[in-house]
Amino acid sequence: MSDIVLKTENLTKRYGGVHALEGANFELRKGEHVAIMGDNGAGKSTFVRQITAVEQRTSGKIWFDGKEVNFTGPIAAREAGIETVFQNLALADDLDVPSNLFLGREKVLFNLGPFSILDRRAMRKATEAALVRTAVKIPNLSNTIRHMSGGQRQCVAIARTATFASKLIIMDEPTAALGVQETAQVENIIRTLKENGEPLILISHNMRQVFDLCDRIVVFRRGRIVANLRKQDTDGQDIVSYITGAKTGEAELAA
Amino acid sequence: MAQTSHGVGGLSYDAKKRAWPAEFNVFLALVILVVIFELIGRIFLGDSFLFNTRSDVAGIFNEARLQIIILQVSIVGIIAIGVTQVIITGGIDLSSGSIVGATAMIAMSFAQVATVNGNPNPKAMFLAQGWTDLPVIVPLLVAVGCGLLAGLVNGALIAYTRIPPFIATLGMMVTARGIAKWWSKGQPISFPTDSFAAIGKGLMPVIIFLSLAVLFQLIMTYTRYGKHCYAIGSNEDAARMSGIKIANHKILVYVIAGILASLAAVVLSSKNLTAQAGMGVMYELDAIAMAVIGGVSLSGGRGSIIGTVIGALIFGVIISGFTFLRLDAYYQEMVKGVIIVGAVVLDQWRQRMRALRA
Repeated sequence: MSDIVLKTENLTKRYGGVHALEGANFELRKGEHVAIMGDNGAGKSTFVRQITAVEQRTSGKIWFDGKEVNFTGPIAAREAGIETVFQNLALADDLDVPSNLFLGREKVLFNLGPFSILDRRAMRKATEAALVRTAVKIPNLSNTIRHMSGGQRQCVAIARTATFASKLIIMDEPTAALGVQETAQVENIIRTLKENGEPLILISHNMRQVFDLCDRIVVFRRGRIVANLRKQDTDGQDIVSYITGAKTGEAELAA
Repeated sequence: MAQTSHGVGGLSYDAKKRAWPAEFNVFLALVILVVIFELIGRIFLGDSFLFNTRSDVAGIFNEARLQIIILQVSIVGIIAIGVTQVIITGGIDLSSGSIVGATAMIAMSFAQVATVNGNPNPKAMFLAQGWTDLPVIVPLLVAVGCGLLAGLVNGALIAYTRIPPFIATLGMMVTARGIAKWWSKGQPISFPTDSFAAIGKGLMPVIIFLSLAVLFQLIMTYTRYGKHCYAIGSNEDAARMSGIKIANHKILVYVIAGILASLAAVVLSSKNLTAQAGMGVMYELDAIAMAVIGGVSLSGGRGSIIGTVIGALIFGVIISGFTFLRLDAYYQEMVKGVIIVGAVVLDQWRQRMRALRA
């Protein structure tokens, strides 16, 4: 139990009569990278939104970092140590890299309420350290996000999660909009996170990527978890059968 | 790790390729404008726009003209400082001109002398209450209170009812103008105390304008407030996800804009030694124009107080330049309109060029 970072029990979310998520039981251990796969509308993003408290769950329990938690909103979840890289990058285009990394939690020299003086040098240093730690390559920190490629933006978003020594990182299709080279760059960062022992939940449609980067694969279908397989016990064909429903998974899970 | 002092992760970059700050282009436009007026003056009038040509006055530059250039834009400039912050946050403030009108009336009525030429002051609204010859701090606090209240209403409407800033401040624009007219039933209020009249005397408006500009430029660059202004204007959802309290911040921005408008009202009514209900009409649009000419993006997230100050100076140079060329005031307005649109077109074009190079 002690090495379990995140655990959900019977996590359920209904939108009116729509059962978006039904009784999801999920576990994530320290240093583990888990992939969540499934067709569109299978409940992957819904599952993540309940954990990060972007939405409030209908029923079920969540344990995080050894305690049962009831986050009031995404900010509370983030303060507890769950960092999310959103599909629509939550970056401010007109700010530079350090400002984006520290957005909403700036380091200050003097605390004067809203007019607190920023400690720009410290933020810049911490940014450089975070980029080195995650092996992110950004040519010029002073450039605004607007002038960066999609891959660089995604890297900044990921580096942000690593800056704050988060306990869990969730990525929702981080490479969906990226080119081949940029995807490789993001995947390298994810490998670095693995080496650093940072647990990760990766939502992805990319089979090769999932087998490359993750230890375990959880498949969602029609709001339910239909498979929970270690990478070495399965293959792409197998996963596809679960995603499409050719295999139901009920027998295996019951066994 | 890094090949240059800034590059991270082994990437180097050409520091020379870094884009100029947007303010530099605006400053360049200002210089070009001055040069044009100088050339036209030399060629067609045989007179200098910028330099001193009179033997009975000392100095290299035509100091009187330089003073007027900045003096005539100082009061609207004070408003523009607040409007700049509002626009950077992604909003707009149409109410500043009317806040000037209402605040000027209300503040002036608390700055009245008791007697004029030995007779009781006919304009003093609070003569019966004995609220005359009050220390200057009273009308000042009243003015700041007016601006604060108006800004609070603007900000709260925008933050909590989620109506567009354009509509919220349009409502305030009409309402505040109504208050300005209602306050003294349309009568102008004159005869301020000497201490109140001192606020807008001589070059005081310039000093106040530039001090406030420096103060807010520093705030926008070095404080959390400034950073959050840019963040909200740039991507409001990202700012919200990052834990910035959007509603509180917006209210604060509109309150600051309101207070700056009310300070402009104090300076204006003090300078003119009178307050009238029609004061400040169209000031909001001039202030927005100064910001836009100064490189503040109407879609939010980009711009600076320095840019707006230079935008204000461009305004001042145009007005002085047209007077210098003895052209009618009518032409000034026409050209002003063209320049506002031209500035935005140029900015868009520059942004596109930049995006293509990146």
